[in-house]
Amino acid sequence: MSLPLENNPNYAQYAHPERLVSTDWLAANLGAENLVVLESNEDILLYSTGHIPGALKIDWFTELNDEVTRDYVEGAAFAELMASKGISRDSTVVIYGDKSNWWAAYALWVFTLFGHEDVRLLDGGRDKWIAEGRETSTEKPAVTAAEYPVIERDDSVIRAYLPQVLEHLGNPLIDVRSPEEYTGERTHMPNYPEEGAMRGGHIPTAASVPWGKAAAADGTFKSRADLEAIYFEEAGLKPGDDVVAYCRIGERSSHTWFVLKHLLGFESVRNYDGSWTEWGNAVGVPIVRGEANGELPAKRGARA
Amino acid sequence: MSALNPALAEIVEEFSEVPEADRLELLLDYSRELPELPPHLAEHPELLEQVVECQSPLFLVVEVGADQVVRLFFSAPPEAPTTRGFASVLAAGLDGSPAEEILAVPEDMPARLGLSRALSPLRMRGMSAMLGRIKRQVTEQLAAA
Repeated sequence: MSLPLENNPNYAQYAHPERLVSTDWLAANLGAENLVVLESNEDILLYSTGHIPGALKIDWFTELNDEVTRDYVEGAAFAELMASKGISRDSTVVIYGDKSNWWAAYALWVFTLFGHEDVRLLDGGRDKWIAEGRETSTEKPAVTAAEYPVIERDDSVIRAYLPQVLEHLGNPLIDVRSPEEYTGERTHMPNYPEEGAMRGGHIPTAASVPWGKAAAADGTFKSRADLEAIYFEEAGLKPGDDVVAYCRIGERSSHTWFVLKHLLGFESVRNYDGSWTEWGNAVGVPIVRGEANGELPAKRGARA
Repeated sequence: MSALNPALAEIVEEFSEVPEADRLELLLDYSRELPELPPHLAEHPELLEQVVECQSPLFLVVEVGADQVVRLFFSAPPEAPTTRGFASVLAAGLDGSPAEEILAVPEDMPARLGLSRALSPLRMRGMSAMLGRIKRQVTEQLAAA
């Protein structure tokens, strides 16, 4: 059984308030039966320095990622991972993390690929919990293994692959990387290891909205009105648009995916997790350099 | 192929001797041991150079002495333990070494810690970037001396 939703008037403004919990709610519900709290960080060692009491660590690189197929784990491995963390199909999973929940949103997105129904983000993440002086622990929680069914990943709804992004050209794209990554600008210095991509720039017509714009200074999500100003007025999205978001490897764009899907209520939002690491290196796909979104290429390259 | 200096070689050996699953714990131990900045730098943050390639803020200062002995100082916040861990490995392995030993450290040194299955490639690049900046600073300061 999932836990009751938080009745927080502040979340009523969002399209799907059931996807958020506050630090107050979590503090009051810690230890509740069928609640599993997961910490998903950009800095892999951070959990060990102290975490929310009872929270377990989840790591995208070693646990959600399959190094052999360069893809997310399959249904069987996900089921095994969930069981080992005491998560059953009807558990309420609350995920939080460092850096305004950037990697927490990524983990939530992967949970959604497997259709785990009740998965929520802790608004404000790890930083807010700590800033409020709440309790942390370095104790590794004891876990009673659960049973989790093998559910195959559904990549068709919230995930886009490169050929689908090529087909999508002409529809809204949001590039959530930093302005320097978007324009393709690079600071050249001796002994400076280059990023992984061969070409710098962005996907033609993509609007630049760095992911962190959606987060307030305390790491919580901005108000719906502020988010609408950013994504509707500045980036030019319209309600009902079919949107694809991308970044470097799909982790920052998961944060934006969460905002568009669950806070602003877009029905069709996909995260292109191949992102710039794939697009920037792929043979026969066009890019645009500089600050302008760029035009749709007449000849879209060999692959389009 | 150039060789690791003895202190760094010892650290690499230390990492390779623990099982893969425990290497992150070892890196965490290092992160706790990163020395504080000495007063002459702690009071002058403008002297610190930021390593922008790291995912978390890391500042470093390289001082090449008249005797060509190199002092290394790092600063990274507690909420960036991985970055602190890498900095601490370089501090323990290279601080106080002769300039020529530092310049001879192979570029692939970070890979030899055996962490590439536990840490994302971007993280590993962050450590390579730290090493690259240290070497560049050493080269520049030797040339200016």
